[in-house]
Amino acid sequence: MRIDLPLPAQASAPTLQDRAGPREAVEAPVLRMQGIVKRFGATTVLDRVDLDIGPQEFVCLLGPSGCGKTTLLRVLCGIETANAGDITLHGRDITAQPAAMRRFGVVFQSYALFPNLTAIENVAYGLGAMERGHRRDRAREMLDLVDLGGFADRYPAKLSGGQQQRVALARALAPQPQLLLLDEPLSALDAQVRHTLRSEIRRVQQRLRIPAVMVTHDQDEALAMADRVVLMRDGRIEQASAPTRLYAQPASAFAARFVGRINLWPAEAVGPRRVRVGQARIAVARDLPAGVKQLLLGIRPEQVQLQPFDHARAREPSAAPAQPDCHAGVVEDWTFCGAWISLRVRVPALEASIDAEFSTPADGHVPWLRGEACMVRLPRAALHIIPA
Amino acid sequence: MVAVIAPARPAGTVGLAESSVQGASAWLLLALGALFIAVPVLALLGRSLFDATGTWVGLANFATWVQTPSLLDAALLSVKLAGTSAAITVVLAYGYAYALTLSAMPLKRVFRGLAMVPLLAPSLLMAISLVYLFGNQGLLKAWVGGSIYGEGGIVTGSVLWTFPHALLLLTTSLATLDARLIEAARTLGAGPWRVFVTVTLPASRYGVLMAFVVVFVLVLTDFGVPKVIGGQANVLATDLYKQVVGQQNFAMGAVVSVILLMPAVAAFFVERALRGRQSAALGVKATVYQPAPHRLRDRVLLLYCSAVALSLLAVIGVAVFASLATYWPYNLQPSLKNYDFNQMDGGGWATYGNSLRMALGTAVFGSVLAFLTAWIVDKPRRFGTLREAINLVVTLPLAVPGLALGLGYILFFNAPSNPLHGLYGTMAILVACTVAHYFSVAHLTLLSALRQLDQEFEVVAESLGVPFWITLWRVHLPVCLPALLEVAGFFFVNAMTTVSAVVFLYAPHTQLASVAVLNMDDAGDVAPAAAMAVLIFVTAGVARLLFAMATRWVTGRTQRWRIC
Repeated sequence: MRIDLPLPAQASAPTLQDRAGPREAVEAPVLRMQGIVKRFGATTVLDRVDLDIGPQEFVCLLGPSGCGKTTLLRVLCGIETANAGDITLHGRDITAQPAAMRRFGVVFQSYALFPNLTAIENVAYGLGAMERGHRRDRAREMLDLVDLGGFADRYPAKLSGGQQQRVALARALAPQPQLLLLDEPLSALDAQVRHTLRSEIRRVQQRLRIPAVMVTHDQDEALAMADRVVLMRDGRIEQASAPTRLYAQPASAFAARFVGRINLWPAEAVGPRRVRVGQARIAVARDLPAGVKQLLLGIRPEQVQLQPFDHARAREPSAAPAQPDCHAGVVEDWTFCGAWISLRVRVPALEASIDAEFSTPADGHVPWLRGEACMVRLPRAALHIIPA
Repeated sequence: MVAVIAPARPAGTVGLAESSVQGASAWLLLALGALFIAVPVLALLGRSLFDATGTWVGLANFATWVQTPSLLDAALLSVKLAGTSAAITVVLAYGYAYALTLSAMPLKRVFRGLAMVPLLAPSLLMAISLVYLFGNQGLLKAWVGGSIYGEGGIVTGSVLWTFPHALLLLTTSLATLDARLIEAARTLGAGPWRVFVTVTLPASRYGVLMAFVVVFVLVLTDFGVPKVIGGQANVLATDLYKQVVGQQNFAMGAVVSVILLMPAVAAFFVERALRGRQSAALGVKATVYQPAPHRLRDRVLLLYCSAVALSLLAVIGVAVFASLATYWPYNLQPSLKNYDFNQMDGGGWATYGNSLRMALGTAVFGSVLAFLTAWIVDKPRRFGTLREAINLVVTLPLAVPGLALGLGYILFFNAPSNPLHGLYGTMAILVACTVAHYFSVAHLTLLSALRQLDQEFEVVAESLGVPFWITLWRVHLPVCLPALLEVAGFFFVNAMTTVSAVVFLYAPHTQLASVAVLNMDDAGDVAPAAAMAVLIFVTAGVARLLFAMATRWVTGRTQRWRIC
């Protein structure tokens, strides 16, 4: 049973389609961070970070450890004070406001539930300003929202990790904060619970129409949950895009490598739409950036196509390839990964080995042997040109 | 908008009012710490540099001390006796601790409890019992070749009362031994002896060193045992007592105190370094060792532990028995004659009432202050330097022997120019001094209890707009209540049994029971002294029991959230 909360009229659900470019502007941002600098002693942890967050937007801060994503969240929350920069909320400057006055809902990896208070007492903890009776109603409502209505009087120690994190979420949301901050909320949970809680958090966030910022180091999580992924590296924003765009159009080698897997080779521009990799000349779908000689050519493993070896062509080496985007190769190794099979193929023309993936066939039979010759096709539309 | 370097902003992360309440409390605690810990110690250091008339003499007092053979001999003897006692205690306690942690001996809990019993008695009680057993009219006088009065008596008495202190450190050290190391050694074919020599002993080496250092300092700075059973042996602690109480020579008293202070300070740093290494040696993923039964080993250890526990109990039992006898050892008819303290010199029953009041005051003020101090040191994110300063001041007493602290109190509070002069000779100063004397251990206990809480609690509460004092009251205090009761019990028992610091500070109307033991023994009323010591022992035992019951009750009521 779920009690309906007073919500604004149904708006169209956010879609996964691209909404903006690699460093796009958000229309009518709720929160703006401009030129945020944070130093700890001599190290600069955040180096002039600009970030806007739109209404109802779910933003994921993604990056390797030490990239500054957690610090950015702590600055946003008011636990850390930035050395420079401004934060505005609905146009109001809140840079100097302490955490207690910002009143953003915060959820931590460790749940940080008060161990001596029951689930409902935890949720009601921040409702001091409300009347006593309303307080309990509101807390109960929030517990129902996270499907824990039946666990109101349990102590945290008697709840599972996933349940505890849902209580923490309800506690953060109870006082109706203007922004929800999540600091690696799923990292302490096991895989199964993590998956359920992903959609749970997303559902609650969309239901309450509250903008949210989540820190994570798990790209799957970011891609699955976010409206926009903010990829960070060394205290700067590397790319901020919708997840599909980030995956399909990585703006840098770092973005390409960090999100998903990719084959990347150094390439040399040899024509307006042609590059040389190893000894192969490869045509690309779009014009190369003018005046740039050294580039990177990339392709995601699942875009690589494997075909049976062209024996006719092999007998006559001088003949032109049957398809211009095909190259002869030898299967070096393959790994069974459950839903898909990952292969490594040596391609002499590219002077490199290439990773390819294909779905596991229904009969589980892998049609390639180690050492077997094959043809590797790199579809033109799937090729990425990335600045070196 | 262009990013500009912001002007100095308030580093504020809590509301303005909250922040100033925290700041004010921190300053207040620092002021209290300075007044009752740091400044008296400084007064002591300062006094050692002036002569009896108050003229600056630099290190001349120390030169005199070194050139006086009797004083220097006292120091050498002190070191020798403390070293011997520490070595014996650590060896005895190691076997006991090994049995409690790494064997499958039955009745481990009982043996652990029995070994802690000496903590309830003043060190004087052990010495008095030894007099009854091996003294001039002792029951077992024939067992000792010569006289028990002197070095042998001091070492025996010291081993008896410091045993539980060493045991606590050694069991902690052995209990944190990583079981996987033992299992790895076993699978590589090592026999029990080889496992002990190559795994157990090396893993507990810091614990052994720490126990040695702690016992060494305890014995060095204790004056109860040498006072009662030392005979002609002149050690630093009794020497200091004589300088101050006997000769009113404060300058020389201060010199001896400073000399007593030095090994204690050194031990403080050694222990701190060792503690750091020991906790570093314990990996996060270390697994606790579950000893498998081994008939021969377990029986031998059971025998050993029984012998040790029986000796401890026997020694205490003798004092109890003797205090209840009409005239030891000639007339063993039970009688309460020795408990009729009002018929003796030494302060009578009033001293017992004073001790109770003092111990209660110490327990209440001590535990509340220690909790607030631990909270202020651990939780707020602001006032970094101030909080470090507080932490430093409140850990100082660990390195200050009670006698030195007591003398520091005289020198500081008895100065006519001190506005707090009025405190001198009151019950308040006894409470303050005892709280200060035992503050460090209490502080560290509560600090570690608070540190076990999630460090994000404060941020969560802040982001929910709840002021820190509500979280302190609703979360930190209830969660730490068992630790707080433990600390209160610790304060109470120590306040009942302590002699060292308060011996310089009592006035006729505030004389304490533990001091009365000393004075009655000094006056030759050994049986009443024993009776009073037994009374203290029983009171401390009852108090411990009451605290244990209170803890159970509190746990049942407020700690339901803990999973057992």
